[in-house]
Amino acid sequence: MPAALTFLLSFQLLGLVLVTALNLAIPEPVVGLVLMFLWIHFKAPMPSELGSLCEGLLKHLSLLFVPAAVGLLTYVDLLAAHWMPVFLALLISTPLSIAAGAWTFAKLAKVSGQPPEGEEVKTDG
Amino acid sequence: MDRAQLWVYLAEQPLLWLTVTLIAYMIGHHAFVRSGSRAVVNPVAIAALLLAGLLVLTGTPYAEYFEGAQFVHFLLGPATIALAWPLYQNFARIRRLILPMLAALLVGSVVSVGSAVAIAYSLGAPGEVWLSVAPKSVTSPVAMGVAEKIGGLPTLTAGLVIITGIIGAILVTPLLDMLRIKDWRARGMSVGVAAHGIGTARAFQVSPVAGVFAATAMVLNALITALVASLLVTL
Repeated sequence: MPAALTFLLSFQLLGLVLVTALNLAIPEPVVGLVLMFLWIHFKAPMPSELGSLCEGLLKHLSLLFVPAAVGLLTYVDLLAAHWMPVFLALLISTPLSIAAGAWTFAKLAKVSGQPPEGEEVKTDG
Repeated sequence: MDRAQLWVYLAEQPLLWLTVTLIAYMIGHHAFVRSGSRAVVNPVAIAALLLAGLLVLTGTPYAEYFEGAQFVHFLLGPATIALAWPLYQNFARIRRLILPMLAALLVGSVVSVGSAVAIAYSLGAPGEVWLSVAPKSVTSPVAMGVAEKIGGLPTLTAGLVIITGIIGAILVTPLLDMLRIKDWRARGMSVGVAAHGIGTARAFQVSPVAGVFAATAMVLNALITALVASLLVTL
């Protein structure tokens, strides 16, 4: 496990160095993700437990958002002042965006001849 | 040591709020599992409400809470990088679908920004507020950077990003069931674009395929939004 953790954190550190040195507007973990993906995609050497470490971290991804969500407390005054337009904007635009994105993807995947993967497939099988 | 002294001592230790954060999440997660994995029973929302209530009751400032919670928060970075693993494993199926993905990304993010700004603006939100609403579907660091560049309030945006994520994670399943869109790839993709990491976490809870597509969508959205925003500023 230490090898996999070192590997992962090194990519984050590399991301941080690049973002700072080149003054990029992209967050450092996203840069680290792209770099680590390229590394493993091109079959460069990697620690054998990398897969289980990554899966472990992602299994409870929700947990990691809790401290930031509690941070909403610090925006209470700001949100309270404008809650109506802001809350309605989020409440309406988020499902609209989900529906539009899912519909576009499903239609185009069908046109490009890719069978859907989902409950339909499972029940047919 | 009397009770008051004990509290003063404990409240200064990062261990207290770190442990309480984990307990609150376990309560949320347990409720989620007990409900039969229903989307409305969102573990992030439950844990955050419990903790926020506790902080208000005990008069603990957020900064003091964060002394302990930062250890959990820090793992967001490594976990984001860990998304490279499912992307790597599913690269073949993602590559075949790159065109539908890019199209869905474009449509999803234009609808997200366009409708949010239109609603906030027409309901009379002041300029800095509707500009803060615009990047709410992108992952927080990118969203905050964009808000700052276009003249919004980055801290307000950070809060809106979280609320958007929770709304998306709660609504995605009932909404797409109603629209009869059952393809896991489409479902994951759309929630990744609209509701970033919190939507992606929800997608992984439901199906590994949905999770991978959500993660890809979130990352592409972050990269493209950051690039577009930097271009807009240099123009």
